[in-house]
Amino acid sequence: MSVASAASRPALAAGRLAAVVARRWAVAVALVAAWEIVTRRRGDVFFPPPSAIVARMHELWFSGPATRLWLTPAATADLLPSLGRMAAGLAGALLAGVTLGVALGRSPRTLAYLDPLLQFGRSVPPPTLVPVFVVLLHLGTTMQVTSIVSGAVWPILLNAADGARSVDPVQTDTARVFGLSATDRLRTIILPSALPKIFAGLRLSLSLALILMVFSEMLPGTANGIGFQLIDAQSRSDLPTTWAAVALLGILGYLLNTLLLGVERRALRGHDATRGGERP
Amino acid sequence: MLQIDGLGHAYAGHPVLRDVDLTVRRGELVSIVGPSGCGKSTLLRCVAGLTAPARGTIRIDGRPVAGVPGGLAVVFQEYGRSLLPWLTVRDNVALPLRRRGGTRAQRRAAAASALDAVGLAAVAARRPWQLSGGMQQRVAIARALAFRPSLLLMDEPFGSVDAQTREDLEDLLLTVRGPEMTILFVTHDIDESVYVGDRVVVLNGSPAGVVADLPVTLPTRGEQIATREQAEFVRLRAEVGRQVRKA
Repeated sequence: MSVASAASRPALAAGRLAAVVARRWAVAVALVAAWEIVTRRRGDVFFPPPSAIVARMHELWFSGPATRLWLTPAATADLLPSLGRMAAGLAGALLAGVTLGVALGRSPRTLAYLDPLLQFGRSVPPPTLVPVFVVLLHLGTTMQVTSIVSGAVWPILLNAADGARSVDPVQTDTARVFGLSATDRLRTIILPSALPKIFAGLRLSLSLALILMVFSEMLPGTANGIGFQLIDAQSRSDLPTTWAAVALLGILGYLLNTLLLGVERRALRGHDATRGGERP
Repeated sequence: MLQIDGLGHAYAGHPVLRDVDLTVRRGELVSIVGPSGCGKSTLLRCVAGLTAPARGTIRIDGRPVAGVPGGLAVVFQEYGRSLLPWLTVRDNVALPLRRRGGTRAQRRAAAASALDAVGLAAVAARRPWQLSGGMQQRVAIARALAFRPSLLLMDEPFGSVDAQTREDLEDLLLTVRGPEMTILFVTHDIDESVYVGDRVVVLNGSPAGVVADLPVTLPTRGEQIATREQAEFVRLRAEVGRQVRKA
């Protein structure tokens, strides 16, 4: 390979990447531009133009000093508690979901007995439990985190159970023949086998956690969080701020999902290659 | 070493094996050959303790098999599924050794020497799916060797690799088998059964039983072409073939 072609390769790759990004975003940019034109022409107070929403977002959250990553005090006061609750809720859901799910997946009989109950639990619309937790736990972070866990645990639990159940029988036989300990089986066979399903569940749980985070913050008695800001702005008929909070939540969901996909891709390297790669 | 008496098994009421008697001495390599689907794998699974036979007894060193016996290793045909894709080749080989105790360094050394024996020292840090099929099966063999089993069961181990690789693996097996290691080698390939076995046991019939038990006495061994052109090899192959095809 010549030096010139080696040097031009990253440049080519960067060019291709830019083309892909441009194509993917072209439609979105065009739609936002159209929205901008329509809302400006109409001048409706309920539908401020996107530029006004972006300006409000900037003013509210991202006009802080560079030393604080451009975050305003309002951003740290609202975003951080929200993200913290969501992280705590997801972590709790992940721990409980994987533990219970794997245990159930490895005991088919228990799973069969509990299946109707699990399907029922999963079918209850998650926000409906929040009022129950308000009564049981009073208002505050404990109630909010519990609400997130109660809704986000189901996809992880059911997927982990499914993943742990469908371990390749040849791998199970191999573990039996070589007398692997229960810990080794769990660590080297069952959990890795269930991992793709667990990630699929986690992606669903992530969006549920976002919904429940906002919902639980909208209840009276909450003093901070994005959900609080949303409901507060609505009560003041401050439409640009309401829209800014909605847009922020959308961006947050998108970023978190992208982050999770990145983690998933790293963690599952090899899983995909194996499925089709049994023949030389 | 291994004694099987009156073994019988059925799947869902459909009899597969009937009255199988077989005695294997320590250090022997016995080929078990028969038509596809005749119950060879079932026999192996019963010996491995993975399937409980409906009738008969299996004894290893005089002790009846109930559950998976210690000191046993299996090389499955489905190498791609038997190796763990998320572990490196070295960790795959070292994993079963955890039960044997010893330090991590000792286990790694044992894995390294087994990989060296099958000629794969260079790929120890790779993942199984990055290797060719033949190499993956050599990893599975290394894993079994590192375990130092007293009984090694091989279920159509070279059934899904190409012909050249298959011959290489047959020779590898003959090189690495230790004098203390008893091996049951299940195959549907008549040539292969004669080439690797000290004895060829033919399973046939429905339900299947032992129809022939032939000692293999070849003047030279372990050289593909020279071995296969000996008169004795040709005679044995024909005899095994007749027994396998006999309906």
